[in-house]
Amino acid sequence: MFSHKIFETNTLVLIVGIVVSVAIGGLVEIIPLFTIENTIEKVEGMRPYSPLELAGRGIYVREGCYNCHSQMIRPFRDEVERYGHYSLAAESQYDHPFQWASKRTGPDLARVGGKYSNDWHVKHMINPRNVVSKSIMPTYAHMTRPLAVASTIAGEMKTLKVVGVPYTDEQIANAVADLEAQAKGGDAAKAVEARYPKAKIGDFDGKPDEITEMDAMVAYLQMLGTLVDIKSVKPELVNR
Amino acid sequence: MANVEKDLISGQNTTGHEWDGIKELDTPLPKWWVYIFWASILWSIGYFVLYPSIPFLKSYTKGYFNYSSRDELAKDLAVQAQQRGKWLADFQGKEVGEIAKDQGLLRYAMAGGKAAFNENCAPCHGVGGGGSLGFANLTDDEWIWGGKLEDIQQTIAYGIRSGHEKARFAEMTKFGVEGVLKPAEIDQVADYVLGLSSGKGDANAPGAQIFTDNCVACHGEGGVGMRETGAPALNNAIFTHIKGDKTSIALQVSNPQHGVMPAWADRLGAETVKMLAIYVHSLGGGEK
Repeated sequence: MFSHKIFETNTLVLIVGIVVSVAIGGLVEIIPLFTIENTIEKVEGMRPYSPLELAGRGIYVREGCYNCHSQMIRPFRDEVERYGHYSLAAESQYDHPFQWASKRTGPDLARVGGKYSNDWHVKHMINPRNVVSKSIMPTYAHMTRPLAVASTIAGEMKTLKVVGVPYTDEQIANAVADLEAQAKGGDAAKAVEARYPKAKIGDFDGKPDEITEMDAMVAYLQMLGTLVDIKSVKPELVNR
Repeated sequence: MANVEKDLISGQNTTGHEWDGIKELDTPLPKWWVYIFWASILWSIGYFVLYPSIPFLKSYTKGYFNYSSRDELAKDLAVQAQQRGKWLADFQGKEVGEIAKDQGLLRYAMAGGKAAFNENCAPCHGVGGGGSLGFANLTDDEWIWGGKLEDIQQTIAYGIRSGHEKARFAEMTKFGVEGVLKPAEIDQVADYVLGLSSGKGDANAPGAQIFTDNCVACHGEGGVGMRETGAPALNNAIFTHIKGDKTSIALQVSNPQHGVMPAWADRLGAETVKMLAIYVHSLGGGEK
């Protein structure tokens, strides 16, 4: 009969044994996710985040929004009734890391884009009790300060490109200009719309002269869940 | 395994290991634990067969049941659609006015409208529709874009300044920022509007003429408001975006704030929009 003795009396053999058995478990679980063809649904509309949205996403992560808000509508009737179509894998394919989260102290945000006005988001962020009297969300009034990441955003996009987000050289070269144009509107914003379809343009926080963290945050939130035209997605494409 | 030493006190085998005179017992696992262990392995085999489980490079075993949570949801929604079908057909086919006259449909609309309101509208307009600074109160008689069922339905469906092509849209001139009025004139007209709002509009005040020249076109004679232009009535103390003191009125004249309401028809569907219109109409200010 098989004896453990060789593992129990020889550290090196034990280490090799552990590595082999863990690797089998890991590879069997992970490799098929990359190779099975329908892991990521082939839907249209997903694009990498615009520089301003990306900056907003950075703030979302920095502030730990994922601790209380999920971005994952599960395929259950009650969730679909409340939040809209269930989230597709395709919709978080450019998230590194994804923001599905695991706990909902606040509501799911996967399709919050367009649900409220920019003005509401700003008021709500400054003090949630201003608009929702029973809210237990902390205040994020400090987001009214200027956005500091403008100079590093191109670097962030390059990094994301390394891990597979298909930013073009043109997008990276125009990162700072696009970031400013999306938050200020005007003619320059047309290029942003061309490079990032469906991006919400405009002064989000009511301070036209300044690009604040709030601008980035609201631009990000208003985009969430809006990129894929979910009504045009055929059920047989995503049902599995 | 021939010479296993037995522990004298417990009668169990020992492992033969010894550290500083302490020997290790080789007590077997409890029987109940071992049975559960094997049973769970058997269970997993059943699971492997029945449910999606083993991943391959291009696909995975679908399992005997061919289970998919998304298919499951589609079935759930089909059942729901069937349950609601009779009602929703009425909501699709009938105008809001007809629905509101039918007691059964009205009850259904009120319940559905309330649920949808609390999820989608209450964050801005408050639970119960009381509104707050920047977001209109829906319980009073003051309507910027109209308070009839059809008006409310239209506003909910397409929104206000939402970017939708059928959205309600109007923007007030930035009288100060664009230099249409001088600071002194803005101060005078703010005084006049403050008077109007408290019911003491002074026709001889210096602001009265400025008001007539610049504001009446949209806000109407005497500031009664005009729904076609989305210009709110100024002859009462109800303000949406500002507190209504003189400073805030002057600021609003100089650099007006405009509310934005999203369009809901695409997100919620026409049936829910009708339910919402009926619910909002019932909150206190609905007009015939």
